[in-house]
Amino acid sequence: MKFLCVECDQQMSFDERQLPGDGTLAATFKCPKCGRVVAMLTNPMETQLVSSLGVEIGGRTVPAEPLEMVRTNVVTGGPAWTSDAQERLGRVPSFVRGMVKKIYADYARERGITEITPAIMDTARAELGLEGM
Amino acid sequence: MRTYHQLTDPDRSGLAEQIGAQRRRVAERLAAVSRIVAVMSGKGGVGKSYVTAHLARALGRAGRRVGVLDADLNGPTIPGLLQTSEAVELPATGLDGVRCVSMGLMLGDGAPLTFKGPSAESFVWRGAMEASALRELLGDVEWGKLDFLLLDLPPGMQRYVELCDILGNPPAVLTVTIPTPESRDAVRRAMRVAFDRGSELIGIVENMVGREFVGTAADDLAKEFTIRVLARIPWHPTPDNWSTLGSQL
Repeated sequence: MKFLCVECDQQMSFDERQLPGDGTLAATFKCPKCGRVVAMLTNPMETQLVSSLGVEIGGRTVPAEPLEMVRTNVVTGGPAWTSDAQERLGRVPSFVRGMVKKIYADYARERGITEITPAIMDTARAELGLEGM
Repeated sequence: MRTYHQLTDPDRSGLAEQIGAQRRRVAERLAAVSRIVAVMSGKGGVGKSYVTAHLARALGRAGRRVGVLDADLNGPTIPGLLQTSEAVELPATGLDGVRCVSMGLMLGDGAPLTFKGPSAESFVWRGAMEASALRELLGDVEWGKLDFLLLDLPPGMQRYVELCDILGNPPAVLTVTIPTPESRDAVRRAMRVAFDRGSELIGIVENMVGREFVGTAADDLAKEFTIRVLARIPWHPTPDNWSTLGSQL
């Protein structure tokens, strides 16, 4: 992927990378002639696709650690549920409990949350629009 | 407006260079391996992992240094077959001194292989993630000096194709089938892909011979691809069956 400043007909240079922590990525590129800066913003799926190749936008500043991708991306166990969170999940009607559990587990997994608490469930409900679950 | 290939300034991300560095890492790691053999079949349930594990053990008993990479990331069975259920470090050491690396050594009991990341449309990135995991298991594990590295592949062709890309050269292939015509037809497609990719077809192992499964799959495939049937493994094989097979690699 390259960026061209059409006005100057110049290839733009990589400037900066930001990882906000929500699965998205922001990378800025600068025109060496006019100084114009543009930002490339990727959604979580696009970020993940690049990440899954084991490469880093902007280049690596340190060599990859052994098994880096496996250690950072493989879920070796599902998120833990505190007893309070389990009790609350138990109040969900049984015919939708599995689905609701998966929604919370996916929410936690996607954000690197290792333990689901009632507070996490509240946050997830608000963010995902799941009032009543 | 200029096109992609007309922009020739150095790319600071250097994604192509990063991919190249990954491949060099695998090549350097596997330079101490005398022979890499992919155990494959286009058909599921023919006993690839069983053959791989017992072949590895037979080679180990014969004094060879053997490693097994369980390339079936989603259905790893090699740790159980080699009795390496826990590993403090990789590679683990199993029965008859066989070194083993498997996703099964890293996942909790019964846990499926799951990657962190957005669950919606995960099919877009999951395949690439699995290929990267395979690359790391090959290139980041200190296998040491090996006479044989056996790669236990899952059913289908996808993992074989990934391996060809990761290794740079297609691995030699040992094919496993059962006697039935259904197995023959599925395995034939896999062998065709391996042949077209330039893999050395070492030979065929016909597994589960002598009872319910009837047919001439191994002979048919051997004739078609002009290779040998290296072993016919009965339902209750003896150590001799495996050592005979091992002696032919």
